[in-house]
Amino acid sequence: MFDAILLQFLNGLDKGGAYALIALGLTLVFGTLGVVNFAHGALFMLGAFCAVAFRQILTLETVTIDPTQLNPWGQPLEIRTPLVQGWFGDFGAVLVDWSVPVSILLAIPVMALLGIAFERGLIKHFYKRPHAEQILVTFGLAIVLQEIVKSVFGANPIPQPMPAALQGAADIGALIGLTPGVITYPLWRLVYFLFSLGIIGGVFAFLRFTTFGMVVRAGMADRETVGLLGINISRRFTFMFGLASVVAGLAGVMYTPLLPPNYHLGMDFLVLSFVVVVVGGMGSLPGAVAAGFLLGILQSFASMTEVKAIVPGIDQIIIYLVAVVILLVRPRGLLGRRGVMEA
Amino acid sequence: MSHTKVFGRRSVLRGGLAGILATSTMPLFFTRGAYAQEFCNAPTGDTVTFGFNLPLTGAYAEEGADEQKAYELAVKHLNGEGDGGLINTLKPTVLKGNGLLGKKVVFVTGDTATKADQARASATRMIERDGAIMITGGSSSSEAIAVQGLCQEMGVIFMAGLTHSNDTTGKDKKRYGFRHFFNAYMSGIALGPELAKAYGKDRRAYHLTADYTWGWTQEESMRQATEALGWQTAQAVKTPLGAGDFSQYLTPVLNSGADVLILNHYGNDMVNSLTQAVQFGMRDKQVNGKQFEIVVPLFSELMAKGAGPAIKGIFGTSNWHWALPDEGSKAFTKSFGAEYGSPPSQAAHTAYVQAILYADAVERAGTFYPPAVIKALEDFEFDGAGNGPTLYRGADHQCFKNVLVVRGNESPTSQYDVLNVVREVPREEVTYDPAIFGGDLGPAEPVPLCA
Repeated sequence: MFDAILLQFLNGLDKGGAYALIALGLTLVFGTLGVVNFAHGALFMLGAFCAVAFRQILTLETVTIDPTQLNPWGQPLEIRTPLVQGWFGDFGAVLVDWSVPVSILLAIPVMALLGIAFERGLIKHFYKRPHAEQILVTFGLAIVLQEIVKSVFGANPIPQPMPAALQGAADIGALIGLTPGVITYPLWRLVYFLFSLGIIGGVFAFLRFTTFGMVVRAGMADRETVGLLGINISRRFTFMFGLASVVAGLAGVMYTPLLPPNYHLGMDFLVLSFVVVVVGGMGSLPGAVAAGFLLGILQSFASMTEVKAIVPGIDQIIIYLVAVVILLVRPRGLLGRRGVMEA
Repeated sequence: MSHTKVFGRRSVLRGGLAGILATSTMPLFFTRGAYAQEFCNAPTGDTVTFGFNLPLTGAYAEEGADEQKAYELAVKHLNGEGDGGLINTLKPTVLKGNGLLGKKVVFVTGDTATKADQARASATRMIERDGAIMITGGSSSSEAIAVQGLCQEMGVIFMAGLTHSNDTTGKDKKRYGFRHFFNAYMSGIALGPELAKAYGKDRRAYHLTADYTWGWTQEESMRQATEALGWQTAQAVKTPLGAGDFSQYLTPVLNSGADVLILNHYGNDMVNSLTQAVQFGMRDKQVNGKQFEIVVPLFSELMAKGAGPAIKGIFGTSNWHWALPDEGSKAFTKSFGAEYGSPPSQAAHTAYVQAILYADAVERAGTFYPPAVIKALEDFEFDGAGNGPTLYRGADHQCFKNVLVVRGNESPTSQYDVLNVVREVPREEVTYDPAIFGGDLGPAEPVPLCA
């Protein structure tokens, strides 16, 4: 039984990491700009497609026809050679193998620019409008983005392989002195969990230990007073939108080997991430992170055969059930602040 | 006083003969008129419309895209374009590549999104708005069952695409529905002996099953087949269709004591669950002193391609494979490859064959009138379409032909060389009594009117 509990706990960590990263970005936007951003899931999806695009560029091929050989349907055989491997040899092959982590270098500037463009071009016009209108416009933006991705990349999921060195599983059981081979955990999921911890730590450190972060936190607490001190808080908040976009995008990039991305990926995660934000407490960054991991782990436990034998189908509804209970007991969420989203 | 002769002997004979001729031939004229008007979407112009209902998005979108290519190729061949494909090898056939009953074949398509309700809505649109004479397609049994029920109500023939549930031609069979693809029961019969040969008779199996009609019957058939070998079933867990991340369902397998994982998943679900199972190190495990094994009872080359190296050595069954050596398979692979630059999948094959068989039945019946076409399809015995001699059994509208046991290729020589055919199980071995699955085909007449 201990084995089963430990396995499900580990399994909840990587999923919780993804929830926490998306919810962190959502909360950053809500806490700074006061916007309920329904396009945030689409940013996660766009990040994933940065990885797809990067790999597609790396695997561009030259095609030559070999008339001496025939394919199974009797036409001359096409011989395809990846350009990168042709140019860089073994290094090119390594680059293709590690395309997912390396695509972070592409995703950071792309996601930052997209985030800033969305904020300056569209969302800033809705700051003083009711939340319902903000939701409508950001939801519309999400639909536009996913349809663009669908038209460019198609409707089917596009698998992204993880680097060969990180395929396979770590024998966690053997590491902690249990029977070898029983508690194994995929290496990439471990990488994703550590990566999400790193990003979350980085964002918190940025807000806590830099002057820029201090001003942003001050602005989140009292925007007017910071403005009266002569600080252009709007520019900093725009930067925060870009940062939130990068966080969501990186979460998407690294998730691609776990779940082949398709155009609908953002919507699949969006609803869950909003539940995470509400459970954590609107506007609370630690709350979003804590709720992300908590719900990821609970969802994993709810899939245990023993649990489902007692409550069939609980794995499908556990997150929403917890949200209902939390909101009944603590209406502001786990770590919610007084006055946020309250008239 | 004049005498008028009213009835002469000759005039009586002439009149009588004319009466007899008129009486015997008039019903033909009237019936022909009835065929032309009194059934759903009777073609009146110089074209006839096929409705292709395809999962272009969702969990089975890969199969849907390949089916669409196959249907478009079939339409070309029916209209006399291209190399003719299976029309050249199908025996017997009356198809000549000059359209259908003198009309050019055209088509409309709809996206089912791999969902039964959307498939039904899409088929309704194609029948009511686009005037489709026949609906075909689908890659999921829930879609197939929903659409064939609709077609029975509307009096339109449904030639199912890829559907593998026992229910399609079992408890949910319909007079207006026909399936060329094999089913889960046949997979179990074909695969069982090969599993026993490869993995022995002392095994504990853990099933992960797609939670809808196909998954249920697939699991049931595999449990019957493996338990008959002496295997035990450790657990059978249902997973939602399109779950994406199966890790939460895979982790309990690790300490369940099972030494075989049977994935009753198809399409993207299978690609994801198999890949993730391999990521969890399941193929490197030893349980109960034996090597842990994974079995995928139904898979195709599209899925094998999607799963990449994870598919190597995995046992399963297939309806058809492009490398089969018979003339029909070779002709279809050549046509499809020349048109699209890749070999056809089993989904493409069954879709193409269904369109051709419907067209052939119409030509043989000499009418589009559905009950006559149904009669032409029922108990039709043919060859030259791949898989050897095939029977469209009239009792349940299920095709019976050889079934393939396949295995992921350990050392592929190209991106298409992903499966090996381990055994071609003869049709006689997979034929069963239609009564075991129950169901009732329902009537062909009176023909419902769709409008």
